[in-house]
Amino acid sequence: MSRIHVNTTINGDATDYLCEAEDTLLDVLRDQLDMTGSKEGCASGDCGACTVRLDGRLVCSCLVLGAEAEGRTVETIEGMADGETLHPLQKNFIDKAALQCGICTPGILVAAKDLLERNPDPTEEEVRYWLAGNLCRCTGYDKIIRTVLETAAEMRGAA
Amino acid sequence: MAKDEFTPRTFKVVGTRPPRPDGLDKVTGRARYGADMSAPGMLIGLCLRSPHAHARIKSIDTSAAEAMKGVKAVVTRADFTTTPEDQGTRDILDNVMAGEKALYDGHTVAAVAATSRSVARAALKAIKVEYEVLPHVVDVDEAMKPDAPVLHEGRQQESVPKGYSQNVLARSQYGHGDIEAGFKKADIIVERSFTTAATHQGYIEPHACLATMGNDGQGDLWCCTQGHYMVRNTCSAILGMDAGRLKVTASEIGGGFGGKTTVFLEPVALMLSKKAGKPVKMTMSRDEVLRASGPTASTSIDIKIGMTKEGKITAAQGEFRYQSGAFYAMNGALGAMCGFAPYDLENLQSVGWEVVTNRPKAAAYRAPGAPMAAFAVESVMDELAKELDMDPIELRLKNAAEEGTKSAYGPTYPAIGLKATLEAAKAHPHWSAPLGKNQGRGLACGFWFNFGGDTCVSLMINPDGTVSLSEGNPDIGGSRAAMTMMAAEELGIPYEHVRTVIADTATLGQNEVTDGSRVTFAVGLATIKAARHAIEIMKTRAAATWGIEPDAVEWVDGAAQPAGPNAGKFPPMTLKEIAAIASNTGGPIAGHHEVNAEGAGVSFGTHIADTEVDPETGAVKVVRYTVFQDAGKAVHPDYVEGQLQGGAVQGIGWALNEEYIYGKDGTLQNAGYLDYRIPVASDLPMIEPVILEIPNPGHPYGVRGVGETGIVPPLATLANAVSRAAGVRMTSLPMSPPKLLAAIKAS
Ligand code: FES
Ligand code: FES
Repeated sequence: MSRIHVNTTINGDATDYLCEAEDTLLDVLRDQLDMTGSKEGCASGDCGACTVRLDGRLVCSCLVLGAEAEGRTVETIEGMADGETLHPLQKNFIDKAALQCGICTPGILVAAKDLLERNPDPTEEEVRYWLAGNLCRCTGYDKIIRTVLETAAEMRGAA
Repeated sequence: MAKDEFTPRTFKVVGTRPPRPDGLDKVTGRARYGADMSAPGMLIGLCLRSPHAHARIKSIDTSAAEAMKGVKAVVTRADFTTTPEDQGTRDILDNVMAGEKALYDGHTVAAVAATSRSVARAALKAIKVEYEVLPHVVDVDEAMKPDAPVLHEGRQQESVPKGYSQNVLARSQYGHGDIEAGFKKADIIVERSFTTAATHQGYIEPHACLATMGNDGQGDLWCCTQGHYMVRNTCSAILGMDAGRLKVTASEIGGGFGGKTTVFLEPVALMLSKKAGKPVKMTMSRDEVLRASGPTASTSIDIKIGMTKEGKITAAQGEFRYQSGAFYAMNGALGAMCGFAPYDLENLQSVGWEVVTNRPKAAAYRAPGAPMAAFAVESVMDELAKELDMDPIELRLKNAAEEGTKSAYGPTYPAIGLKATLEAAKAHPHWSAPLGKNQGRGLACGFWFNFGGDTCVSLMINPDGTVSLSEGNPDIGGSRAAMTMMAAEELGIPYEHVRTVIADTATLGQNEVTDGSRVTFAVGLATIKAARHAIEIMKTRAAATWGIEPDAVEWVDGAAQPAGPNAGKFPPMTLKEIAAIASNTGGPIAGHHEVNAEGAGVSFGTHIADTEVDPETGAVKVVRYTVFQDAGKAVHPDYVEGQLQGGAVQGIGWALNEEYIYGKDGTLQNAGYLDYRIPVASDLPMIEPVILEIPNPGHPYGVRGVGETGIVPPLATLANAVSRAAGVRMTSLPMSPPKLLAAIKAS
């Protein structure tokens, strides 16, 4: 089977890989690059566990082909912290117990960071609708929503 | 032993909210879940599943698949040559790999391991299965009829009266008193029938494992499970190998809620690996999770309650018919035991029925069997409150069980927290807040047993004075933090000085599955006792150093000190100091504890919901929700709150949206998150948790399990709220918009 050679940028690093035509970006990240932080909950765009940013836009990486990343920039959970320094959302998710099992957490963090970059002062309703594509079965969302709102306030205070 | 029992104390660590030890891994994507592991030379395994609800497997031809390039192993039932000793394990084998018949849509009939997913997929297509399609049944009431298609012959227990299909496997009865006399005394009787649809736990992480089985008879298995000891014991029994030769490591687990308390892929992956001589990784797709893991029972329930006009129950009766899929599961019995458990009843008859149908075998889902029973009983209680024009809380307080009440399922209650949750609900501003247009308020109570079980913990005092704690229960929602806290509390050292890990099956003795809300209670108990064991040793070492009797030493604030002036005058020796010289005072220091923990302490909760019904569409919005639950003692309140909130929202999904929909052909019509819709963030309000602390007499810190009870009241709470908002009694779940709209129109 002939494979496709792809050159892309992942979390700021130039990266290349070979993938089959049918491989999704999620398959490539997880199976070829061992970046297993992005999770597969459904492979059909319904759970958001695989959320990454592609050229600055949120996508379900299970709905993007690996070959489509050619020449583009991909941001995953693995790139969210700056070295040792966690993003305020990451820090607060731990401190405020916004995760239980944690399987939804990478997708939710990537999506919430994107929200706060676009809208530093979201309402509760805006956070709820923004994260409506990210399923969490453990928390009932309460602590997640609160933590995103509190982090937004904290980041506005710091800015 | 008196030491096991609750003794009031002031806590330093327990009750605080420190960051969890696995937090960093989980917010950075480093944590390794079931599907995140790989091995050199690993193959990919996939299952071939029955497209039929019920079919005899006439033949399976795997030759074409086996001949394909890249295919390294194909297995069918013929490869499983061991017959496990007990019926339960034989059922599990029949469930993970079909024998003579495929019993439900999605039942595995063969599996392959190949060098890539695409090759494995092609190989599945090349397997030829000849089926003889049989009549099927998926509905519980239909399955009980004498002429229903039968799944298994000769499995009916003697408890089942004549006149029922062989699909009815068991009947069990609970209660006391004389219901006929009781109903005669009633001023008012309400009798209703209810149905609930099957739902799924909906954990976001599909089942996954990585199996390595060598021809030396040794195996290694990595998997996401609620109990790796259960996985080891079950898989070794199915494969006919010694349990000690299979080492199982639990991955981080992406949700379970009871659904990961059994095996699905694991024995198949081990068999594939054995045949191929290479590691095999298997992961389920979401479609496979819904079609072929372990959803809940669907039910059909009759409830009859009689009351005096003052609101005192005179008699209660329930019939709980549960279908639990293709194999026996004790679910109807649990419903029959739990439904009436909140009440002090003089006359009760409660009957549970276990029925098999052509659906995947039900697994546990948070307090298995109880939410549906509570839905039915608490709906009738609400209707009685309305009929008698009484406050639903007052009505329940009049009948609430308390210490000394003979429970619906037999035993007499010790100190329990039901009345406390009702009083707290009554006093909470939510209960008296005004309601808007088209809104209704519902309230319901719920009960769960809680469990203890086999538990082993090992606690090592490291030379630098830090502590390593090993436990054997996968941590689903912060239990490592809770264990770390209890160890730090008992030893009198900072939280940061203890690190807790989940040991593999070769490292500790047998541990019961993470189920029954048992972990914080039972593993916590064993942790405290392991710490006390280590403290005894440290006291001995200090005594020897000082040349006094060990009895003359006490442990205070993380240090040994002479007990009283007669013991001698020595400055305290801290844990760190004792650890530093351990090598010279007798060697390394470790405590451990092994126990079958009893005294779990039953759990009660009361929920309040406000809902708004759109009379034009039948859509329901939950506008306010409050949970009151007794936690005994909340070790890490954040994670207790999380259990209450998560359980409530799962119950909201069950009440309003979630359901398994089967077509006429018996195949599942909604095997994906798009059509099996679990609640999303925009569906919900904040969920306010109110934790009550009525100490459990059976735990040194008073801890009760909290994981399951939270899902018991919401079905009824929502049904009562929606029924009051819509002005029509809803007796069938889910209360989806079309169903609710039809009910409103018909009223
Ligand atoms: S795995 Fe991509 S949305 Fe679920
Ligand atoms: S924390 Fe488990 S799914 Fe969100």
